[in-house]
Amino acid sequence: MLFWTTIKLALRSLMSNKLRSILTMLGMIIGVAAVIAMLALGNGAKASIMKWVSQMGKNTITVFPHNPRIAPVLNGAAEPLTIGDARALLSIPGVKYVSPVVTTSMPVKWSNYHTYCSIIGCASTYILIHDFRVQSGQMFNYFDVRDMASVAVIGPETATRLFGSQNPLGHTITIGTVRFKIIGVLVPKGRHGWFDPDNQVLLPYTTAMTKLMGRQISLNHIDLQVQHASDLSPVQEKIQTILRIRHSLLAGDTDDFWISNQLQVIKMADRIGGAFTIFLGSVAGISLLVGGIGIMNIMLVTVTERTREIGIRKAIGARQRDILRQFLIESVLVSLLGGFIGVGVGVIASHYVKFRNFTGIVEPHMIVLALSISAGIGIFFGYYPARRAARLNPIEALRYE
Amino acid sequence: MELDKPLLELKQIVKRYHLDAGDVLALDHINLQIMPREMFAITGPSGSGKSTLMNILGCLDVADEGEYILDGEDVSELQGDELSVIRNRKIGFVFQSFNLLPRLSALENVEMPLLYAGIRNARGAATEALETVGLAERMHHEPAQLSGGQRQRVAIARAIVTNPAIILADEPTGNLDSRVGRDILNLFHDLNRQGRTIVMVTHDSNVAKHCAREARIRDGRVTDVLDHPPIGTQDVADIQPPLAAAG
Repeated sequence: MLFWTTIKLALRSLMSNKLRSILTMLGMIIGVAAVIAMLALGNGAKASIMKWVSQMGKNTITVFPHNPRIAPVLNGAAEPLTIGDARALLSIPGVKYVSPVVTTSMPVKWSNYHTYCSIIGCASTYILIHDFRVQSGQMFNYFDVRDMASVAVIGPETATRLFGSQNPLGHTITIGTVRFKIIGVLVPKGRHGWFDPDNQVLLPYTTAMTKLMGRQISLNHIDLQVQHASDLSPVQEKIQTILRIRHSLLAGDTDDFWISNQLQVIKMADRIGGAFTIFLGSVAGISLLVGGIGIMNIMLVTVTERTREIGIRKAIGARQRDILRQFLIESVLVSLLGGFIGVGVGVIASHYVKFRNFTGIVEPHMIVLALSISAGIGIFFGYYPARRAARLNPIEALRYE
Repeated sequence: MELDKPLLELKQIVKRYHLDAGDVLALDHINLQIMPREMFAITGPSGSGKSTLMNILGCLDVADEGEYILDGEDVSELQGDELSVIRNRKIGFVFQSFNLLPRLSALENVEMPLLYAGIRNARGAATEALETVGLAERMHHEPAQLSGGQRQRVAIARAIVTNPAIILADEPTGNLDSRVGRDILNLFHDLNRQGRTIVMVTHDSNVAKHCAREARIRDGRVTDVLDHPPIGTQDVADIQPPLAAAG
């Protein structure tokens, strides 16, 4: 059949000009590999964020003391979140756990060793809300919180930094100037970007607020967990109602707090991840465009070189569409072949290139997309040279030396 | 095909070329009739309009005025792809410089016109055509691996494979030495005896003598139409110039 003969012929003419074909394909290979690698990287980043979000507990709601969209710097002007606010949220139906949270960063010392890590003042339910587990010892309890006990539960990374392979349980660490007895070590969760849940120290919030933070009364946030995902929205509305009353807000006033639930965070992460992926993909797409121009360039040269062949074909009965198809097949072959190799290179690259804590994730639809784009580029950039070939005057073409 | 009617008829054909210096009348009201199964020569010096005439006969170009009837079909008003189809079905070209497609085997070259005609299985007919020109055992060679005479045989096989109304040969022996040229002329004679109509365009009067009739072109006009006596295979040796014979 003419189609197969054409493909065979196109392959032969590619083979007869190996260096040129490889150089032309190189543009496509680099472009496709870049697109695949960038999409995979974006995908990996997104997956990493998602994993982190979901690792931080299920069905969680966080209440912040001000609305960051309206008054990011006017924190002081807004009514602070208080322990009373946190306590008031306990009565909402569907709420499972509530923990007031205060956070700070301080140097932590033991013996001659010290490290710098996040200090979380929280209730005993904090580890339940955020799905932490204790690997040795135990979490502080209600009574420790009530009595402002100087006890600490530390993350595994903090434990390693201070104690190496020693068992930290029972030892006393110094945070700032205050001494805390270690009663538990958490199970590692894995670091995510800038946030390392394994390098932190949990203290009863009462102790943290009075002894470490100079009798601070405002909370950094309130963390809640609800029974079911379906409780997220109603509970969130209820929180809003209660806090508006407690903060004496009038009907027209904007909230002086901000509530976000995990689903919203996931959605946002998804959106940001998606935008990031598209951005990276588009940047890589430019190199594909350059590759396409390379194909067009070489196809124009090929058409000129083979003017006589085109004349012969026309003399023996090739119609315009026969010639057009022949050169289109050739350019699509170059771009698709480049595309296939590019996919291979891209897949390998995204597998081996580690970016911070995540690697690229290649999905089948990305490969299909990359290959369709390369075929599309072959058609788009091959069309003009092919049309030029198809429209050649047979007499002039036959005369061409 | 009706044998008593012209297979090919040119009526008052005019072709002009537009040059910066003014129009040039390349063909000046040419009238010509070629009968079926004829072996016909068109001769003339370079610049006589011979090539222009051959382009029009071969449907590579169309005349500005006049009528061209090929195998009962008026092709004077056709253009573009319509001409491609006519070339494919009615005309078999044989060129001076063979014009085979490089990188394709002899067989694939011969198949090509059939593939353009939309015939799916062209192998059988192509093989047969190569057998006719005596090149069956070399059909898988590429043009670069064949001698000049063999290449021209492949070109002839390609010309006859579609069973065209005429075979149009443009200086078919021009690039060949005399001995090989003689073989090729003999092949044309054989094909003619098998009933094929052959039109040969040449400036070589010795080649023209092999044709039963010869039209001489000068300044875009047919000056003479000559009848030649039938020529035997032995007499073909006459076209061999002494120098080539010595070499």
